[in-house]
Amino acid sequence: MDKNKSNKKPEKEDHQESRRDFLKASSILTAIAVAPATVAKAAEYNLGEKISAAFETTPVNLTINGVKKQLPVEPRSTLLDVLREQLDLTGTKKGCDYGQCGACTVHVNGQRVLSCLSLAVMQEGKEVTTIEGLAKGDELHPMQKAFIKHDGFQCGYCTPGQIMSGIACINEGHANSKEDIKEFMSGNICRCGAYPNIVKAIQEVKNGGQKS
Amino acid sequence: MIQFQYERASTAKAAVNALTNNANAKIIAGGTNLVDLMKRNVMAPTKLVDINALPLREIRQQDGKISIGAMALNSQVADDKLIIEKHPLLSQALNAGASAQIRNMASVGGNMMQRTRCHYFYDTALPCNKREPGSGCGAMEGMNRMHAVFGTSEKCIAVHPSDMCIALVALDATVLVTGPKGDRRIPFEELHRLPGNQPEKDNNLQKDELIISVEIPDNSFSKNSHYMKIRDRASYAFALVSVAAALNIEGKVIKEARLAMGGVAHKPWRLKEAEKALVGKPATEETFRQAAEIAMQGAKAYKHNAFKLKLGPNVIVEALKNAAGLV
Repeated sequence: MDKNKSNKKPEKEDHQESRRDFLKASSILTAIAVAPATVAKAAEYNLGEKISAAFETTPVNLTINGVKKQLPVEPRSTLLDVLREQLDLTGTKKGCDYGQCGACTVHVNGQRVLSCLSLAVMQEGKEVTTIEGLAKGDELHPMQKAFIKHDGFQCGYCTPGQIMSGIACINEGHANSKEDIKEFMSGNICRCGAYPNIVKAIQEVKNGGQKS
Repeated sequence: MIQFQYERASTAKAAVNALTNNANAKIIAGGTNLVDLMKRNVMAPTKLVDINALPLREIRQQDGKISIGAMALNSQVADDKLIIEKHPLLSQALNAGASAQIRNMASVGGNMMQRTRCHYFYDTALPCNKREPGSGCGAMEGMNRMHAVFGTSEKCIAVHPSDMCIALVALDATVLVTGPKGDRRIPFEELHRLPGNQPEKDNNLQKDELIISVEIPDNSFSKNSHYMKIRDRASYAFALVSVAAALNIEGKVIKEARLAMGGVAHKPWRLKEAEKALVGKPATEETFRQAAEIAMQGAKAYKHNAFKLKLGPNVIVEALKNAAGLV
């Protein structure tokens, strides 16, 4: 079983890698369409991933999942795009990108926020926790375990945001009843409609974690 | 989104100077509305002045009033013990707005400055006098289900989107602002404006004025107040109609009343005539129904929002019943 798993892994990564290359290539095309002069300048740097160097960047100090980093950030970049595109932390999802779905929810200084509406340049000195920062080694966070146990997802796209939001919901003291949880989780939309199971998962963690 | 300069202001004066020196500069606080609008090119400031470092997050009791710093977060105010005890109406209204994540980002000052969610304002392919003066109003003859029934003009029928502001106008709040000429206080009712011939102007602030705080005078409404919001889904949606109701009841008689509506006008809509009709009357459904009728006088519906003429008075009555403990 373990052997199979390790055999399959690289193949999956290759597949993801090629999809990312495609996205990078298509974002170059978009950039050409909107900013020809800047892209002509960027062309001197050769490749797509260097395109950001053509724009003015500001160094921003962030602690991401416990690790201090200094990153060159273009003022227009959202925290979401910096996490996904500059740090390859693709666990945080881009859903609507306009603050309407909650898929991009992360914790900044322990508070749940929408990374799609947060400019990265404004996060100087902040501590950011993403879905990748929850597990301790192979030990999943109780909320991750509860989502698996209660089947709190179907397609899984909203799940990282739901889990980050669920943890904060309990920490804020807004998970005292089913109604409370439903109200204070309303910023996380689930197209598959896994809501009843998400509520169960949060209730279980609130009441003391895994019980099985 | 176009490129912009980014600057962190360390004092209110520096922020005001930055606005004075650049007509295309904008203040950014939580960014929950401005970043959204910039992504869609509805707004395109060439400079952003970040005021998150300013010491304006405090909520404190002063002589006869509570002062809330402009940078206090919506969630911070909603959960604040002093606010829950003295002005539960404000806490309730804040929790009725947006989502937990957005309330953790959005500031009190930013909430006041948020723009309308009219679809024609948001869609740069369509005409909108607010976004592009002189281009026309798409909503007037278009999809106007969400739109205003009070105080509209031929130029604009958009509504003010905030819940917090509906509670603040009902609670007789005052806004403290600072500008190149110093500080001034604006009664909350005069902060926002009706569209008239200049729908591009949402409020009466000068271009280089900055909100410092909002003050709420002490009152006797904490036992009998209620914020009721009706929307297309149970949570996380803008109001079709909302009502902030606050009563001071002695015996069974209404001694004082405050009433304001959201989702019906270009500004938080205070209902002073209806308030007068409540004072001195018994706190009964009949009294509330009469006040609601007065409140709706002068309302004018468009093609798709005639339902607000019925929904409005019903929500007023229900909010008052809840405030009076009749439910």
